[in-house]
Amino acid sequence: MRNVIRGALAAGALAAAVFAGAASAQAQETVKVGILHSLSGTMAISETTLKDAMLMLIDEQNKKGGVLGKKLEPVVVDPASNWPLFAEKARELISNQKVSVVFGCWTSVSRKSVLPVFKELNSILFYPVQYEGEESERNVFYTGAAPNQQAIPAVDYLMKEESVQRWVLAGTDYVYPRTTNKILEAYLRAKGVAQEDIMINYTPFGHSDWQTIVSDIKKFGSAGKKTAVVSTINGDANVPFYKELGNQGVKATDIPVVAFSVGEEELAGIDTKPLVGHLAAWNYFESVDTPENKAFIDAWKAFTKNPKRVTNDPMEAHYIGFNMWVKAVEKAKSTDPDKVIDALPGIEQANLTGGVSKMLPNHHITKPVLIGEIREDGQFDVVEKTPDLVPGDAWSDFLPGSKDLEADWVEKKCGNFNTKTGKCGGQGS
Amino acid sequence: MASIRNRASALAALLVLLGLTFSGALSPAVADPLDDALAGFTADKYDDTEKAIQGVVATGAPTGKAILDALAAGRLVFDPESKTVLLKDAAGKLTLAKTGEAAPAELASRPLKTVRANNRVRRAVEAASGAFELQDPNPKKRIDAARAVFKSRDPAALKAIETALATERDAGAKEALQQARAAILLGKADAPEADRIAAADLVAGVGDQDALAALRSLPAGSPQAVKNAADAGIASIERWLSVANAFQDVTFGVALGSVLLLAAIGLAITFGVMGVINMAHGEMVMIGAYTTFLTQRLIHTYLPAIDGASLIVAIPAAFIVAGAIGVMIERTVIRFLYGRPLETLLATWGVSLILQQAVRSIFGPTNQPVSTPDWLQGSVSLMGVSLNWNRVAIVLFALGVFFALLLLLKRTSLGLKVRAVTQNRRMAASMGIRTPWVDAMTFGLGSGVAGIAGVALSQIDNVSPNLGQSYIIDSFLVVVFGGVGNLWGTLVGAMSIGVANKLLEPWAGAVLGKIILLVAIILFIQKKPRGLFALKGRFVDA
Repeated sequence: MRNVIRGALAAGALAAAVFAGAASAQAQETVKVGILHSLSGTMAISETTLKDAMLMLIDEQNKKGGVLGKKLEPVVVDPASNWPLFAEKARELISNQKVSVVFGCWTSVSRKSVLPVFKELNSILFYPVQYEGEESERNVFYTGAAPNQQAIPAVDYLMKEESVQRWVLAGTDYVYPRTTNKILEAYLRAKGVAQEDIMINYTPFGHSDWQTIVSDIKKFGSAGKKTAVVSTINGDANVPFYKELGNQGVKATDIPVVAFSVGEEELAGIDTKPLVGHLAAWNYFESVDTPENKAFIDAWKAFTKNPKRVTNDPMEAHYIGFNMWVKAVEKAKSTDPDKVIDALPGIEQANLTGGVSKMLPNHHITKPVLIGEIREDGQFDVVEKTPDLVPGDAWSDFLPGSKDLEADWVEKKCGNFNTKTGKCGGQGS
Repeated sequence: MASIRNRASALAALLVLLGLTFSGALSPAVADPLDDALAGFTADKYDDTEKAIQGVVATGAPTGKAILDALAAGRLVFDPESKTVLLKDAAGKLTLAKTGEAAPAELASRPLKTVRANNRVRRAVEAASGAFELQDPNPKKRIDAARAVFKSRDPAALKAIETALATERDAGAKEALQQARAAILLGKADAPEADRIAAADLVAGVGDQDALAALRSLPAGSPQAVKNAADAGIASIERWLSVANAFQDVTFGVALGSVLLLAAIGLAITFGVMGVINMAHGEMVMIGAYTTFLTQRLIHTYLPAIDGASLIVAIPAAFIVAGAIGVMIERTVIRFLYGRPLETLLATWGVSLILQQAVRSIFGPTNQPVSTPDWLQGSVSLMGVSLNWNRVAIVLFALGVFFALLLLLKRTSLGLKVRAVTQNRRMAASMGIRTPWVDAMTFGLGSGVAGIAGVALSQIDNVSPNLGQSYIIDSFLVVVFGGVGNLWGTLVGAMSIGVANKLLEPWAGAVLGKIILLVAIILFIQKKPRGLFALKGRFVDA
């Protein structure tokens, strides 16, 4: 019921947008760029920012003259946090709007929902969010972190710096936390952590009563071994979780929490004083001090006309992805998806933290891994940065099913090449 | 492991220090140990910072405490060029870390860098400050310091503890010090066996999670007698904790039940009493939370003197705002739909989407910060279960709202009219009651109460446009389970769902626990379709 009404509302809004777009587009031939991020519903909190970031990037590129002598034209649609609607909107962008490329999606379920559409209509999707891996598609370019670019380095840091021996893997009950925790559990076991030193806990979306779980974590942490929480808790549920940690007096110096889904944007809504010292692992932090980052932040604040707006990791992923696409289009001298897909691997683009990211044949990119501690002002203090960029690994080396798989769209033209059998299509799609 | 590491680094610091003192003795020209310790802060590496902390403590310098406090607060800075370490106070005034004198003026213009702290450094600071605070004139501070040592079991603190014990007069502080000493001795492999056994008993007597941790982390190769004493201690603590846990589950359940009660109580009026399936109820809660946010902001800007009371001011404000919006919805939408439940459901659902998106457009999709006043922070310990003041406050507040509402319905003229209209609309109208006016007021009352719930929920949940959605299902569940049209049913329903949820959660997990509860409620409703407290007698609905 709710979806029908939402869909109808969104469709109405969209129709208006389409007419407005059509009117202005007649003047000059443009290259259309689709933006597929939820502007309403539960995911709007995260995705609206990415829509704004894309508009800014397109605006800046147009000031530089667009691509191939043509202006870029953003086409914004609102899939309203509704997974099936993502597929419909993707189809509309590609078939009706004839966009050359789409930047979008946040949750894995929305990505999975649009995959068949991108395959069928042969278009390109840039996906900017850290995800669980175990996927590599010809039509998708993953500019967010794979588990080996976020989760594993974070665990390594806790082992080394905090001498953690006991682990709580807490997550929201859906595909990203479950897969990530499976990988982490296998990794910890391989590192010699006993099964009884690992506690796994899942909670529903939007869980708001954390009393029991926090007190369980406290209990688990009183076994005399240094304990840490690895949190894949998603979005909104984080705020009450951290509030409860503060309430029950769990300090970062006792039981640190390292989160993979908490960034500057999420912290903007909470009182961060009790959270000081808790950690997050990302590939970008707003507090990183480089000239590129400063320019980006200034441009962002000017574009949004809000000096308080923060930047975050998925925004940087779009920054890298968008610039890579522009370079690939210029290299291929065409916006034809097949040519651009072939041109993209090997493209290099300076990221905002002082390195140069490269698109790999498996459609993932190289990224630095940064560990940050929450500061009192809601920003992060970078306490660790990998010396080199880490290449994204589509298929985890720590899961039995995916160990032997490898993705290579340049040589082998295959997203799941099995190195044992020497055949494409070992497992997965 | 952590303590071993501390020990190792403390030893290293000591050795470095000894080395320095010796070399210092040989060549008097070399700077004093405090300078060397301070130099560690300027290396901008956590390892060196940690050593520097231990170095500062070892020198016993009078500015030591100030240096550690500044480090913890991020106010310890250094000039990268001259390697001078400075303290910056809250106002930005600089003093020399070494002597505590005002810093030369030219240093202020240099690009000073902050000495960075991570968790490891913060832990070292906490452990080190303990040594200073053990001598604090305030006995409460001394107890806290001893507790910190009890928790960290840092063998380096043993000497400081024993020194403090020798002069301690306060009974409470003395006990805490003895416990801290026992915790250290227990884990000290070279302490006499008899001392360690006595220590195990003393630690077991503390009986909390930290004591359990101390008893469990006995170093390998401890004598059997010590192990036995520790095991006996663990067993006795665990026995006690299992009782405390049951109590804790129930208190958590009551706290959750109060949240449910608050969220549902407005619905008990609009749905329970009036029979309107009000899907926009959650949005009234959300509007109440946003009103709290706005009130706090306004008070913070214009009346900072009463900042602490902003939450109290927000209560009537939220009632009025949400109530007014409720009356508006009733007048413009719902009054045309009385007696048509399906259309009401659809229309109010539409209203809820409009309200959500309106709030999203006005305030943006991100969470808004609502701060917790100081008087709601902190916790109270009851039978070993720590309860936070804001949870306690919500329990009391929910009961307060409940009884106020009960009184209003049972004892006032408006309440009488409300009951009359809902029980027999035509009869009430013939008695001269303006039924449309009563309808609007009742709906406004229900909405206003939902707004008040928003004030409380802003303390424990996100203030975002989605706030209401997460409570609407639970609210209906409570009202239907408790019995439509009966306020007492809502109270009992909310509390039993809350407590059942918290009793199920520890062994079934949050996801499965919720499913079990839902299935149980479905079965219950099958058996008793009118809920726990079905209204008896005539209930004439429009």
